Order: sequence, then C-alpha cells, then structure tokens
Amino acid sequence: MEVSVLEKQAVIEMRGVTKRFVDVIANDKVDLKLYAKEVVGLLGENGAGKTTLMNVLFGYYNLDGGKLLINEKEVTFNSPKDAINNGIAMIHQHFTLVQTQTVLENAMIGMEGSFFLDKKKAKEKLLKIEKQFGLNLNPDALVWTLSIGEQQKLEILKALYRGAKILIMDEPTAVLAPTETVELFETLRTLVDSGHSIIFISHHLQEVMDICDRVIVLRNGIRVAERTVADTTIPELASLMVGRELLERLEKGESSIGEPVLEARNLKARNNRGIVAVDNLSFILREGEVLGVAGVSGNGQTELSEMLFGQVKPEEGEIFISGVEVPGGNPSEIIKTGMARIPEDRIATGLFMDLSVKENMILESHVSEPISKNGLINMKEIRDFAQNCIENFSVKTDGMDVPVKTLSGGNLQKVILARELVGKPKVVVACQPTRGLDVGAMEYVHQAMLDQKTEGAGVLLISDDLDEIFLLSDRIIVMYEGKIMGEVSSEEADRDKIGLWMSGVTS
Amino acid sequence: MMSEIFSVAFITGLIGATLRMSTPIILATLGEIITERSGVLNLGIEGTMLFGAALGFLTTLATGNLWLGVFVAALGGIALSLLMAVLAVYLGLSQHVSGLGITLFASGLAMFIYRLVVGSPIVPPVITPFTPVAIPLLSRIPILGGSFFTQYSLTYITWALIPLVSIFLFKTRAGLRVRTIGQNPFAADTVGVNVNLTRTLSLAAGGAFFGVAGAFLTLAHQNMFLIDVIGGRGWIAIAMTIFGNWNPLMGAVGALIFGFLDAFQLRMQTLGVDLPFHIFLMIPYLITILALISVSRKATVPAGLLKPYRREDKGG
Ligand SMILES: Nc1ncnc2c1ncn2[C@@H]1O[C@H](COP(=O)(O)OP(=O)(O)OP(=O)(O)O)[C@@H](O)[C@H]1O
Ligand SMILES: [Mg+2]
Repeated sequence: MEVSVLEKQAVIEMRGVTKRFVDVIANDKVDLKLYAKEVVGLLGENGAGKTTLMNVLFGYYNLDGGKLLINEKEVTFNSPKDAINNGIAMIHQHFTLVQTQTVLENAMIGMEGSFFLDKKKAKEKLLKIEKQFGLNLNPDALVWTLSIGEQQKLEILKALYRGAKILIMDEPTAVLAPTETVELFETLRTLVDSGHSIIFISHHLQEVMDICDRVIVLRNGIRVAERTVADTTIPELASLMVGRELLERLEKGESSIGEPVLEARNLKARNNRGIVAVDNLSFILREGEVLGVAGVSGNGQTELSEMLFGQVKPEEGEIFISGVEVPGGNPSEIIKTGMARIPEDRIATGLFMDLSVKENMILESHVSEPISKNGLINMKEIRDFAQNCIENFSVKTDGMDVPVKTLSGGNLQKVILARELVGKPKVVVACQPTRGLDVGAMEYVHQAMLDQKTEGAGVLLISDDLDEIFLLSDRIIVMYEGKIMGEVSSEEADRDKIGLWMSGVTS
Repeated sequence: MMSEIFSVAFITGLIGATLRMSTPIILATLGEIITERSGVLNLGIEGTMLFGAALGFLTTLATGNLWLGVFVAALGGIALSLLMAVLAVYLGLSQHVSGLGITLFASGLAMFIYRLVVGSPIVPPVITPFTPVAIPLLSRIPILGGSFFTQYSLTYITWALIPLVSIFLFKTRAGLRVRTIGQNPFAADTVGVNVNLTRTLSLAAGGAFFGVAGAFLTLAHQNMFLIDVIGGRGWIAIAMTIFGNWNPLMGAVGALIFGFLDAFQLRMQTLGVDLPFHIFLMIPYLITILALISVSRKATVPAGLLKPYRREDKGG
C-alpha cells in the first residue's frame, strides 16, 4: 500500500479547518490530507475533536473557518448530501440504521430514482456490491435481527451503494468482537485495493498500527502530530495523544482476599429475542479481589449484568450480596445494598443525557439523607456532593449545571464512576467499563478498579477486552453461550487456553 | 324490539350509516398516520377539522359549489399544518403543546370567521349538501348492494385513499423517506434526506386530509355548521392511528368499527330503548378505550415521534 510520490494528488484536503460550538473550539485550524488508496488513522483523547472534524468533512456541520478541497478543487458542503455527491461517506460511532426496516430499504433510502421504489433493480445492485466486496447480507432481513457486526457491514454497504470512494469510519471496532475486527480489516484492505481511501478512528493503538499507513494526532482540537506508521511506536502515539508519558504498568496493590461479597447461584435469563442467554451460571466474588469475566461480547454478559443490577429478574437462580439474598428484578433493592453498578451502555442506561452533571450524580442517592429530607431535596447538599465528585474524580466539565451530553466519552464514564464509587461500595460490577475510552481515560478507570479492590471491595469485571482482563484480574472466568467454560487464577492463565475457551472449546 | 334489530331494513340501514359515519374518521386517521409516520404528532387535528368544516361550509354557502368547498377546506387544513410545522419542526417546540395550541386557536378562528360571515341568526343558514351517488349495477346487487354502493362521492374517494396511502408509504421513494425520518431522522439526514422539509410536507398532506374530513361533516353528513360538529372525531382518529399500529389499512378498520358503533348507538336511541341516550353516546368511546388498552401495548411507535430534529445536537 505504498503511495507513489509521483501521483501525490490529495483526494481530500482540509486546510486550517476550525469548528466552534457555543463555548468550545472543537477543531482549531486543523490540516488533513488524504491520498488515494490510503488509510489514515485519526487519533486523540475523548473530546479531542475527531468526530467533529469528520462531521465537518461529511457536511453535517458547517465549518467556521478554513477550506475543504476535493481533488484539489475547493468545495463547500451544506449538508451530507453534498458530501455524498462528492463520494464521501461516514459511518458514525452510533449506527445510523432504521431498525424496523430491511437491509435493502436501509441501503435505498435517500437515493435518486423513479417515483415508485424499484426494489428489484436495487436488490440486484446491492447483491452485486455484496459479492464484489465479500459483504454477505440477506437484503430482506430486518435490521434488528442482525448482529452488531452485520449491522456494520450494512453501514459499509450503504456507503458503497452510494458509490462512495472515501470512507470515514468513526470507532468502527469499538463494538466489534476480535474476530469481527479481523473480518472488518479484510474488508477494508479489499476496499483500498479497489481504489478507496479510508479515514479510521480508534482508541486501540494496535489496530491503528495494523491497518493504517499514516496517523494524525489531535489534542484539544489542535493537530499536534503526524507520523507514518512505519516510523512510530504505540508508546509514542499514546504520549502524543495525552501530552504526557503514560504509566507503563498499573500498580495492582496489596489486598487480602476475604469473605464472599457477591454470589450468583444457578442464574438463568433469556435475551430480548427469547433465547436462553445465561444458563445455570454460578460464581463467587470475594472481598479484595478482581474477578474477570472474559468472553466475546454477545455470550450473555449483558444479560448477566442486567440481572446483577436488578434490571432483569432471573428466570431461575438467586443472587446473594454479603450473604443475604436480594430479590431479583428490583433495582432499588440493589441500590440499597450499595453495589456500584457500571453499565455497559453509558448513554442508554448509565446517564440521562439531557439532565445536568449534578443531577446525574445524585440519581441513586437523591432518595436518601442527607440529600433528601422529609420529601424535600436539599440543593446545598446536592451541590456539595457534586462538587466533591467532580474534584475527586477529576471530571472535565463546564460546571455541574451543564447537561451531561456536552461531556466527552471519558468524562461521561467518570460521572458514572463518581456516582457509583463515592459511597465506598463493597461490590463493584463493571460491564465493559472502558469501551470507547481513550488511553488516558482507560488508565484512569483501570486504576479506579484496582483502588476499589485495595480498599477491600470485590470487583466483578465483565469485559471482552482480553488485555484488560489480564491486566486487572486476580481470577478469570470465561463465558461462552451463557455458560462458564472454565476458571483459572491469573498466575496460571495463559492466553491460548482462554482464547480457546472463548470460542467454546474445552481442553 | 329484537325483531326490529334483525330486520333487513335495519341491517342495511346500519351498514350504510356505518360507511357514512366512518368516512371523516378514516380520512383523519389516514392524515394522522402520514404525519406521525414522519415523526410528528399533530394534536392540532381536532381544531384543523373544525376549521375545514367552517371554511368548506362558508365557501359553499357563498358560491353554491360543494367541490369548491372541499377544496378550500383542504387548503385551510394545509395552512394550519404549516403553522404546526413552523412551531414543532422548525422551532422545535413540544409537539404536544404546539398541537393543542393549534386546536384551541383553530377552533376559535373557525367560530370567528363563521360569525363574521353569517352573524348570529336565530335559524342557522343551510346549504344543499352532497347527495348519495348510486353506482350503476353494483347498487342493484340484492339486499346489500344498495347500502354499500349508494354513498357520497367523498366516501368513495376515501375508500380509494386507503390503499393509495398504503402504496405511498410502502412502495414509493417518498414514502420510504417519510418512514425513515419518523424512525431515525439522523440516519435520514446522513444519507441526504432533508428531514425538516419532508416533515413539513407530511404535515401539509395530513392537514389536507383533516380539512376535508371536517368539510365532510358540514357538506355531506349535515347541511349546516355547528360549533360541536366535529364532536371529538379528531381525537378518535388519534386513537385509531395507534389502534391501527400506524398502518393505513388497520387504521381504517378501526375507524370502521368506531363508525359502526356510532351508527348503532344512534339507531338504538331512535328505537326508543328505555335508557338515557347518554349511555349510548358513551359506547363507542368506551370500546375505543378498551381496544386501545389491549392493542397499544403491542404497538410499535415510530421511534422518532415527538423528537424535534436539530443538527447541532450531539447526534453521533
Ligand atoms: N453538538 C455539540 N455541541 C456542543 N459541544 C460539542 C458538540 N459536539 C461535540 N462538542 C464538544 O466538542 C469537543 C470535541 O468533541 P468530539 O465529539 O469531536 O470528540 P471526539 O474526539 O470524537 O471524542 P471521542 O473519542 O469521545 O469520540 C468536545 O469538547 C465536545 O464536548
Ligand atoms: Mg468521537
């Protein structure tokens, strides 16, 4: 994938692009060039301005300064339509699919054509593209029946269906299982070979090293560095993003393993399609340990966490906290036990995006003293509480009164951590706690988990990131199709064996 | 009395009345389905219908032309829906508040215009309303032909509109756009669909349906304008939209059932059953509530309903 010096005509050039929101400069005079058949990585911490920059390129936001050039000709985009007409497509962090429509309808929407939908012709075209790029999907399948990996294929198909030559992919791997990522990379290589160019955003630096030719690093909206992948290393990229050296290794800390604090006995649950997702699952979590639950996502981890959080009533089985059985499917009972609940989807379940930072911080404590007394809420207590949270967890925000939706991904997670951990919990259940977080924020979350353990809490870490599991756990169990495939202490764990367990092979 | 209920005359009369009574509700339901499919709940429906009823009546009163009345009523419905679009789509105000505001405003405006033109005479003015049209041959089918095929032209048109709206929503490019902006406006925007414009056009289409639905009541069902001529039919159409799961065919079935109950209760009143007539008046509404309770739990609401769409919101 070498770019010959002779044909160095940029397919895209962003020159001094500036984008302001009401009180933040999200992009400050950023330059970016993309050449044909090239994969450029865009790196930066949460809130560095990656998504915003790409939304400008995609015509979704108007730029406040700078220029956009396509094939060295200046253009102005007023809406995504203009970008699409110039062969640019963007696959967003959160998919833009209509769940109740079919694959074909999602592909066709917005296309020019006759008054009546010509589904036959569209299907032919779609199948041809599917064949060409090895992206096989049933055109008549409804989107909600597709797995996350398949939905992403559909997003790529949508782009190709519109004849896109330039694909912007905003954290495409954040939601994928490792095998799906491998598949995605194969697709991307096929695309590049057939003349496409790709801008690739990810917080996983190894992926960036694997797939990209060149990397551009943003920090606080400013472009701080550019490297070819051949001339850089992961540690260098990490420190460029964060602007400081990162700790090489976390301190695991001393802790003594004590009494059981959380016990699951023979849990069973179904997913929202009625299929058994957790099957006769039991484990014991003790004081002062991190129990890692490894597994490819979609093997019942979500349902397990929902049962532990009290969101879903187990079909069978019991949950004990500090030796006392808790009623299933009752969140307020779980809150009373003081369990720290860090949910998988911080936007959909963890936070109310339109409520303020302080309101989100008191979600669980607003019914009890000192915040609430005789049915009235004490504003001063709330402010003190929120201020304390913001300081202790160094949440970067414009104050406690702004809606949380103005915070970056990492800071959203810190709001949840603050809310859950400030009350010194005995049990911490964290589900995919670093998904979508940058290296700095990830390090912060990891250290917070370890600190909890050192202070004597039991931490249940559910994650599909094997590195994270190995880094933090004292003991590891592996989930596959709702069952536990095996258990091993972290000293004895070896990656190959765990990898086999994760794919359902027992040895 | 039982023998009267099971007489042929009673049954054919009931069928004919069912079709008449359901016509404005089917029309309004179709309009609301188009609007809600695009992600906008138009609670302005009741007032818009009254406005259409008044404009249609006054136009016909002045010109003697019934079809001109229907046309002007449609225009009036469109105008009010455009106002709704300004408030709920472009300014992004609460759809509930905007819609109720429009209903209050339009009801007042309808009365005001009517008074302005007619004054307040002791005997309200009347027009010569639409007369039922018997379709040759079909209306001669023994027993039921007469009641099915001797209807107002507007009723026939309404029946034709049920499949047409279905085809529009599910088989045309524009229909796919409408459905997509109602489910996921962000997705539509990213593929170049103008969300706010499409919502405005959907509102306008719905408004035309509401206007004509109202005019049916003053130009065909009755021959005069009364302040309570709509009688909550707009709200019933909202219920039927949910009952029909935002599907034109199912919505029309719901409207038909309501029309039937409405026709039935009228007949029971005239049969002189020894019960206060208010009880009968309640029946259709009561059954609607029961039907809603059982059906709407399974309903699949358009995911984008009630949500104004703005770009600078943190969408992605
Ligand atoms: N619609 C918006 N209104 C106001 N501020 C915004 C909006 N969108 C983004 N911002 C702010 O602009 C900055 C850049 O945000 P952006 O989403 O581009 O970051 P990012 O690099 O994509 O982060 P992440 O890795 O978390 O996805 C942040 O400070 C964010 O809070
Ligand atoms: Mg982003």
